Amino acid sequence: MAFTNEQIERYSRHIILKEVGAKGQKKLLDASILIIGAGGLGAPAAMYLAAAGVGTIGIADADEVDLSNLQRQIIHATKDVGKAKVLSAKETMEAMNPDVTVKTYRTFVTSENIMDLIKDYDFIIDGTDNFPAKFLINDACVMAKKPFSHAGIIRFQGQLMTYVPGKGPCYRCVFKNPPPKDAVPTCKQAGVIGAMGGVIGSLQAMEAVKYILGVGQLLTGYLLTYDALKMEFRKVKLPTKTDDCEVCGANPTITELIDYEQAECDGVGL
Amino acid sequence: MFITVAGVKKEVKDNLTVAQLVIDEKVETPQYVTVTINDEFVDSGSFESTVLKDGDIVEFLYFMGGGQ
Repeated sequence: MAFTNEQIERYSRHIILKEVGAKGQKKLLDASILIIGAGGLGAPAAMYLAAAGVGTIGIADADEVDLSNLQRQIIHATKDVGKAKVLSAKETMEAMNPDVTVKTYRTFVTSENIMDLIKDYDFIIDGTDNFPAKFLINDACVMAKKPFSHAGIIRFQGQLMTYVPGKGPCYRCVFKNPPPKDAVPTCKQAGVIGAMGGVIGSLQAMEAVKYILGVGQLLTGYLLTYDALKMEFRKVKLPTKTDDCEVCGANPTITELIDYEQAECDGVGL
Repeated sequence: MFITVAGVKKEVKDNLTVAQLVIDEKVETPQYVTVTINDEFVDSGSFESTVLKDGDIVEFLYFMGGGQ
């Protein structure tokens, strides 16, 4: 596929980069990325991936836009309150870049649907806000051999890590099992500063783009943590010995997906 | 002895356990924190019995559930 004149202009700042070039931009246009959760993390991730010209972007979320979302979920606007988040997100992405095909999935991820959701995508972004979904996405990506970016944000803090099959630990290697309901506060209970989603969600988009381009070093084997009050990023090395992981280890005991109980305060899932 | 906790080198008393360090460092929800020493996981059931040594590098990895 040759670029149109409009595409050459639109992507000129990419194409001029030696790490991207015309070949890299073609890879992005041919790529498919699934974003699970159209919220604080998913919004900036989706917008940067759409702007970058990722050819197919899937977005999964069962929620509608709420007024309390707009403090951080910049893909949605005041006029979108009450609208399905996936629809609002699709409209924003399509308005940004007509090269992008947006596929919407107005659903929670569950053990029943997640394998089918992720199967056609090159890379998955976990933009969910609860531990049952985060463990489900991890286990499904391990089982389906799909790379994904984990992230979490709360208050003035954020974290992310990247899992690539066969390279480094998975989320479950590090965190083992979801904490009991309400044991660890959620954003809804504890609050989150709006720009945190922008910082961490943009870093997730960066990891996805690097993975598609095949350039640089991914956050495999590391957990990147960000403390906005201290204005401190730390790249924490994760253990390499993970043979005993219940899902990605040498002898996995988790061979079927698990729907953990949802914390009531989280409300609807994604 | 000296250990490094979350990137900061500090002097602590000898024979300090992970359980005591978690208290001293005021770790939030300590029962759900993942601890690594020198790039190895510490089993969550053995914080009491794990004694730190001079030069150990300790990291606390926290659950962070938000995103929406």
